[in-house]
Amino acid sequence: MGHYKAVIGLEMHCELKSNSKIFSSARNTYNETPNDNVAPVDMAFPGTLPVVNKKCVRDALMMSMVLNCKQPEYMYFDRKNYYYPDLPKGYQITQMESPVGVDGEITIECNGKKKKVYIHDIHLEEDAASLDHYFDTSCIDYNRAGVPLLELVTEPCLSSAEEAVAFLEHMRSAYKYCDVSEADTKKGQIRCDVNVSIMDEDATEFGTRVEIKNINSFGNVYDAINYEIKRQSELKDQGRYGEVEQETRRFDEESGTTIRMRSKVDAIDYKYFVDPNLPKFKIEDSWLKEIRESIPLLALERKEKYINDFGLSEYDAGVIVKEKEYAEYFEECLNLGMDAKTASNWLTTQILGEINHLDVALKDFYLTPNLLQQITNEVNKGTISSKQAKEIFYKSVEEQKEPKTYISSDMAQISDQSELEKIIETILSDNSAQVEQYKSGKTNLFDYFVGQVMKNTRGKANPVVTKEILKKKLEK
Amino acid sequence: MDKTILELHELLKNKKISSQELVAESLKKSHEIQEKYNAFVTILDDAKGTDKIDHLLSGIPFGIKDNYSMKNVLSTGSSNTLKDYVPFYTATALQKLLDVGAIPVNKTVLDEFGMGGTGTTGHTGIVKNPWDPTRMTAGSSAGSACAVASGVYPYALGSDTGDSIRKPAAYCGIVGYKPTYGMISRYGLFPFASSLDHCGVLTRSVCDAAIVVDAMKGIDEHDMTSWDSKDIHLYENITKSVEGKKLCYIKELCNIEMYDNPTEELQNHLKNFKEKIELCKSLGMKVDEVSIDPKLLNALPSVYVAISCAEATSNMSNLTGIIFGPRGEGDKYEEIMMDHRTKGFSPLIKRRFVIGSYILQKENQERYFKNAQRVRRLLVDAWKELYRTYDAVILPVGTGVAKHLDGSKDILTKDTAALEEHLQIGNFGGFPSITIPDGFIDGLPVALNITGNCFEDEKVLQIAYALESKMDYKNQIAKEVK
Repeated sequence: MGHYKAVIGLEMHCELKSNSKIFSSARNTYNETPNDNVAPVDMAFPGTLPVVNKKCVRDALMMSMVLNCKQPEYMYFDRKNYYYPDLPKGYQITQMESPVGVDGEITIECNGKKKKVYIHDIHLEEDAASLDHYFDTSCIDYNRAGVPLLELVTEPCLSSAEEAVAFLEHMRSAYKYCDVSEADTKKGQIRCDVNVSIMDEDATEFGTRVEIKNINSFGNVYDAINYEIKRQSELKDQGRYGEVEQETRRFDEESGTTIRMRSKVDAIDYKYFVDPNLPKFKIEDSWLKEIRESIPLLALERKEKYINDFGLSEYDAGVIVKEKEYAEYFEECLNLGMDAKTASNWLTTQILGEINHLDVALKDFYLTPNLLQQITNEVNKGTISSKQAKEIFYKSVEEQKEPKTYISSDMAQISDQSELEKIIETILSDNSAQVEQYKSGKTNLFDYFVGQVMKNTRGKANPVVTKEILKKKLEK
Repeated sequence: MDKTILELHELLKNKKISSQELVAESLKKSHEIQEKYNAFVTILDDAKGTDKIDHLLSGIPFGIKDNYSMKNVLSTGSSNTLKDYVPFYTATALQKLLDVGAIPVNKTVLDEFGMGGTGTTGHTGIVKNPWDPTRMTAGSSAGSACAVASGVYPYALGSDTGDSIRKPAAYCGIVGYKPTYGMISRYGLFPFASSLDHCGVLTRSVCDAAIVVDAMKGIDEHDMTSWDSKDIHLYENITKSVEGKKLCYIKELCNIEMYDNPTEELQNHLKNFKEKIELCKSLGMKVDEVSIDPKLLNALPSVYVAISCAEATSNMSNLTGIIFGPRGEGDKYEEIMMDHRTKGFSPLIKRRFVIGSYILQKENQERYFKNAQRVRRLLVDAWKELYRTYDAVILPVGTGVAKHLDGSKDILTKDTAALEEHLQIGNFGGFPSITIPDGFIDGLPVALNITGNCFEDEKVLQIAYALESKMDYKNQIAKEVK
């Protein structure tokens, strides 16, 4: 196979989080019951009118800023007209002429290298209803009709499936950090269209662009791009590049291939025009400023901060920023005054291990930073050993009781050398017969002595110190 | 039922008559008028009176154009696509009237979805003019105009996209008023062209129009184009003096010498109009003749067609028979939708959809749609310029009296197109605009129109009220001339 350069552009649709839908008062929540989150306007009953949800506009503007796009002076919407059973009004309200953002760029990390991705535009629109097809009927569920969607379109500036997925992961993380979307592919909240073409390494003109529509997971994006590069490259190798057509394809998960849907020549004329029901409104600078100021630190920025300011390892910092809730947990620990490394260690080992094991989200995890601190404080004071700390951690999680219930005052270790020596001497003289046996070779009695010390101290003796003293005394 | 709202309110208050009696009379009259002129889609025979009396409109019957969504009542838009459609929500403007105890007694016929100016394209058939049943009422608020003129009740709701309240009001000898765009919520009004659609009312007096719109107006959280008009009190301010107010009329439309071979009817109509201009002056108003580029005026009808058809095509894309309306036949969804729309719409509407669709096509948008919007802007700017000097523009409505249902009897000439269509300016600019009867030609009513600047509804109604008081056409009930 010849060596060609791949040129990839992405369209990423992401459902926004909001109380109500973008143009109606119906709830915007994940709902298993079909046609439950529906207001009259969602089903386009005659005379109903859209009313824009300001929070959705705000969130869209925030993402426009995150992508370093230009924001428009006026906000308005366009109608995209076409007939389809999942589109109740016969048009989708979207943004064509004046999107919330244009001409952006954002730096991502891919395989440890920085990469700049250029953004054509980002726009706010409404989702369509969802269709379920059965043998001879189709059912329409309007729960999704009118759910706010943010669609971002990159320039064709990505060159591999890895880069494409790295970008999508980056954006997914940004959506979550900005708290504008759950960005959960499992709930169908992110859908992607991918454009792929190939060209000779030294060519200056793009090859024929093929679009793969409606891919619902990042894994499939990866596979679809690689399949498409391979398909087009093979045709080119065989001198049949002319067979690569400007067309729309879909990804077939079972076969791992892309399948032709329609030619671009049959492209629909959507007859876009400005929706007269949604009056143009000026986006005030003060509002933009307020939104800009409320953008939280995103993953990459936080990672750098954790490494530079808190001395975390690149690896640990990477693990913590991977999910917003990890970073928030970590930062809450710091706010409570916990040492950064201690917090990082607990989070990246015990806590992530445990939530993984229990299959719960960190936000639902019993041991909040506050409770964790009950343990770390005791460790710092030296009242409990790190081993005890771990035992308390698991016990607390298992029994859903505060760690302090397991840390009693008499739990404090006896680590004091002289105190322990006194206790041990008494025990040894009370058990002279066993001491004799030990000395004559029955060395497995060592644990017996340890046990006696523990019994005597009700487990408070520092086991390490105890063992040291015992050894010394017995070997005399 | 031939009385004004104030008179009826007094009677109710003094217990000279009950609301129930008014409703009964109105229903009886509805059936008579239905028989004669076919004005209604639905007569609400189970309508009941009320003891409520705290509002001027309480207990008084009224009619509703059938493109207002009304909960649990058939609301068809006079279209076969919605022939059995019973909404589960009520239009905001209508709900406001119901809330003060006004009593709806019927739903009136319109040109299908308001897309017509004849009153002949509703799915229940032609509406006849109560002054002469061989003539049109004009439209699209045909049934509302016919019923109010016939004395079924003092008022009926209308909607106005080009002149759909103000034209039929003129031809039926009554008052038609559409306030500033967005003063009355459009939520629940079946849309024709959203940027031009207005709710409004047809009455027999300016005062009644003020009372009704006072009750209908108000900002609505369901309509983003509505605005807060709580400082506007139409009825309260209606009697204010108009002395010193400045009006203008447009030479190119109003002077008979601007027309080649004018009909006798047009001559009479314009002569009558000029007499009313003198009347304005006698009221202490100043009236000037102004000139507008005829090229701009003559562009009016095509600008209207381009914008209204384009918006209508999109607005009515929800009518597929999938969610509501009769389900079409076919195996594929395209066939089902197509069958519904083919059977449901009248040929006139289909033609407008084709025009609208053509205009919105990517390759035509710039030339037709965008240019139409630009000329709309020019026209509105020209009127706004007038409003810098004048309180209102006063013009004759149409070229004379109601047209014949058998169109062959009417002489149509190209040079009267702008005169026929100029009311559309009110929709282009969202201007408050009222038509009042100003005389008769051969026993049939003719009218003039007063249109002011946005948000100046009070002033427009004051002028109309003052002028109406000087003429004899207030509260007139239609009498068949032949």
